[in-house]
Amino acid sequence: MTFIRPNFRHPENHTNERGFSIKNYEGALSTLCAGCGHDSISASIIKSCFELNLEPHKIAKISGIGCSSKTPTYFLGKAHGFNSVHGRMPSVTTGANMANKDLLYIGVSGDGDTASIGMGQFAHVVRRNLNMVYIVMNNGCYGLTKGQDSATADKGSAGKKGVPSPFDSIDLCELALQLGAGMVARSFSGDKKQLVPLIKAAIKHNGFAFIDVVSPCVTFNNTPNSTKGYEWVRDHMEATGTIDFIPHQSEITVDYPEGSSRTVAMHDGSALTLQKNQHDYDLSCRKEAINRIETVKMQQKILTGLMYLNESESDTHGRINTSDQALNSLAQSELCPGSTVLDALNASLR
Amino acid sequence: MNSTNSKKLIKGTNDFVIRFANVNGSGSASANNLFSKVVFRSGVPISSKNIFPSNIQGLPTWFEVRVNEAGYLGRRGGYDFIVAVNGQTMDRDYQDLLPGGYFFYDSSKRLPNHYQRTDIQLIGIPLTTICNEHYTEPRLRQIFKNIIYVGALAYLFDMDFSVFEASIKSQFAKKAKLIEPNIKALLLGYDYAKEHFTGCCGLNIHRRDLNGDQIQMEGNDAAGLGAVYAGATVAGWYPITPSTSVIEAFEKYCHKYRVDGDGKNKFAIIQAEDELAAVGIVIGASWNGARSFTATSGPGVSLMSEFLGLAYFSEIPVVLMDIQRTGPSTGMPTRTQQSDLLAAAYASHGDTKHVLLFPSSPTECFHMTVQSFDLAEGLQTPVILMSDLDLGMNVHQCDPITWDDAQIYDRGKVLNLQQLDELPERWGRYLDVDGDGIPYRTIPGTHSEKGAFFTRGSSHDEYAAYTEDGEVYAEGMQRLLIKWNTAKNMVPRAEISGNVSEMGVLYFGTSAYATEEALDTLRQQNDLDAIRVKAFPFGPEVDEFVKEHKQVFVIEQNRDGQMKTMIINELSTNPEKLISILNIDGMPITAQFLIDSIGQYLSPKTMQAVKQETAS
Ligand SMILES: Cc1ncc(C[n+]2csc(CCOP(=O)(O)OP(=O)(O)O)c2C)c(N)n1
Ligand code: SF4
Repeated sequence: MTFIRPNFRHPENHTNERGFSIKNYEGALSTLCAGCGHDSISASIIKSCFELNLEPHKIAKISGIGCSSKTPTYFLGKAHGFNSVHGRMPSVTTGANMANKDLLYIGVSGDGDTASIGMGQFAHVVRRNLNMVYIVMNNGCYGLTKGQDSATADKGSAGKKGVPSPFDSIDLCELALQLGAGMVARSFSGDKKQLVPLIKAAIKHNGFAFIDVVSPCVTFNNTPNSTKGYEWVRDHMEATGTIDFIPHQSEITVDYPEGSSRTVAMHDGSALTLQKNQHDYDLSCRKEAINRIETVKMQQKILTGLMYLNESESDTHGRINTSDQALNSLAQSELCPGSTVLDALNASLR
Repeated sequence: MNSTNSKKLIKGTNDFVIRFANVNGSGSASANNLFSKVVFRSGVPISSKNIFPSNIQGLPTWFEVRVNEAGYLGRRGGYDFIVAVNGQTMDRDYQDLLPGGYFFYDSSKRLPNHYQRTDIQLIGIPLTTICNEHYTEPRLRQIFKNIIYVGALAYLFDMDFSVFEASIKSQFAKKAKLIEPNIKALLLGYDYAKEHFTGCCGLNIHRRDLNGDQIQMEGNDAAGLGAVYAGATVAGWYPITPSTSVIEAFEKYCHKYRVDGDGKNKFAIIQAEDELAAVGIVIGASWNGARSFTATSGPGVSLMSEFLGLAYFSEIPVVLMDIQRTGPSTGMPTRTQQSDLLAAAYASHGDTKHVLLFPSSPTECFHMTVQSFDLAEGLQTPVILMSDLDLGMNVHQCDPITWDDAQIYDRGKVLNLQQLDELPERWGRYLDVDGDGIPYRTIPGTHSEKGAFFTRGSSHDEYAAYTEDGEVYAEGMQRLLIKWNTAKNMVPRAEISGNVSEMGVLYFGTSAYATEEALDTLRQQNDLDAIRVKAFPFGPEVDEFVKEHKQVFVIEQNRDGQMKTMIINELSTNPEKLISILNIDGMPITAQFLIDSIGQYLSPKTMQAVKQETAS
């Protein structure tokens, strides 16, 4: 354990519409390095679920392996969690979702977990449009195995060991766009003002919602030469305003003046207010989203915010036409054809 | 035709082996199946095997049929009659025919000069010429050529033609306009043979009533049906021969029996991106309370290994069907073997062992599939059905599938809302409350306050909380062994025959067909007990059997005696008393092979007598 949670955090201890206090959405104390971006993302997940009045036990949080994938222990303690194997969170989530479409599935992954070992599963869960929130805590390195480059490390970016990455990086947002994800967004771990609404939108989105969150690894990849370190991100985030000074060893948050905003209607009638993206941006155009990511990248910047939203696609269940009732709730009498049909079947095999 | 020769021809009624040599993709399968269906419907026991290459079109394929009144359904070996309509393999087919056998060929073209055997009977029918005379369309010429040779066989084997007519009628019940042309093609062959070959064939198939209410089915078909009856709702899979048809069958039967009133599916089948994902889907679905399964073969099992370890350790039910074939990845993918035993039993890293079931017939594929789900949920662990290509992809004659409506699925120890509510103490996901090593689980979403737990591969305590305390880990692993012991009494019992001798035979899976036939012969001169193992972990009866016998022949279709290794590993037995009898050529094991191999160890004198008897 690296820090003690201050108990003055919620002085009023106010509750949401369902009568839950924020405590109902918290998890165990984090064992990640103090200052790790991942903890801030956990906090944003907690805040989003609290504000959306979700029932914690109706949420399933599923992850792969990595520091990032450990975080489900640190949020939503009353939700069921599954820390599966490296890179395979998408398949476990797919199975879980097929069994019971009525829970909310939050998948958490690292950039190593998703962009390398789990690349195949990532591609296919997007392709199938599984109804889930997929969050990548992207620090450009393998935290848990001590700092090796990941596939999202930018060419030339260097971590603690000082060796610049010789290879081009994979942009998971672009990939998700190409693979047909219905919602694609990027944010920064410390930017709760942006991240919380994005997570809320992802939760409300019916289908695959992807959020790539730049989440610095303070221990192995927070050097001035790393494009996933606080310094670089602070200086290169597009349209996100300034980031406050970040003292090492404490949780990092950012705040900045609200920019232009935009409202997008969600499936259930709720509205999402977007910030930080230009208002002339057509959210339903895949091509434009990719264009813009690339343009901003050429300016040596990172585009954050909601990049793409398409609400018309049916999810995996819709595509394979499963029953309205959750499959795990069907009784034996509804599943087993029984002895009578066997007479005819046996006869046809004679 | 040279029937005037002095050669001694093979003769017999309802007891011979016929091989059809065809070209893959030429449409011969349905003609060959028609032939075996008619034999079956004539009340004569029959077994057939597809011997096919691992490509789609063009290469040779053989269909072996054993007609056997005594009811032996294993592969016999040797061919009494060969239908050689594949030019590519004709030389080989010609050589493979037993002395005194019959060589049936398309005589539209003359036989090459080097075909000089004088010990066989040639039966030349100008299939191509007949076809060309009667059909103009190339596709029809191809298809009906096959039907014509079946018609000729009907005459040569002196079969009841009305059964052919009836079979054609039922086969094309929904495409009535195909009935007449098919019967016409049959008659073309029949009449030609009748005109040219009166009395030339000493092999007959005559009506009997030996098949009772038996059915003909492929093991994979039965396993897929079993998954429907077992209430499986989620299947994750990745195509691999010879397992693919399990999922195809599951899908077929689901569409038939599992569509709700709104036309929606009460099942989800996901063709995954690979086997890792396939088993991940199963684990996710099972964790979330749905019965879920996957089917694969050896290469898939390797890819699933990491996940199987996770499922074992985190105690999630998994049903996996391993339809075994020869290794490695592309070894001989269309040949059969029992060579995944160790890979499946101990799949994954660390300390793991998994429950295996060994079906020996399609009927058992069905019942053991149903049982797999009960065991997987009852024990909260992976259960692997160890089928193989021979069982899975060949049509076997077997007992009908039955279902007892009083049977209730054993969903195992699952706490529902009320039970969680009433729980006096804190619920511990990995607490061994009953002392049988099996903890209680609950399905996500069941209770708002109680029951949420975190499933993880990293070490956990009894309350599912993370720990790296070595002692706690060790206790958990020891409890899994208690569960393993519990499993010994839950898995199907082995079947034992005989209780008289110091010598025993141990066999499992598809070797049963040949073993039981071989035992009939061997027992005429020797006392031999036998045990058919149906599951791993071995029940107490297997332990006893091995203990009580001085020598045990372990019959396996793999090179290294994997079952033997498992016996040595799991039962404290003297390895020297176990003698491996191994067949590894990718072809289903034969009784003759077993008689010869086991015979070596039995007294030479008695074996001499056996040999003479089988030769006569
Ligand atoms: C099959 C397998 N290979 C390798 C590992 C070792 N491993 C554990 S975590 C990890 C990388 C995690 O990196 P990332 O997903 O980026 O998460 P982070 O720790 O940076 O948050 C690796 C390679 C493993 N657990 N399983
Ligand atoms: S090693 Fe890096 S990613 Fe892992 S907890 Fe520490 S800061 Fe976070």
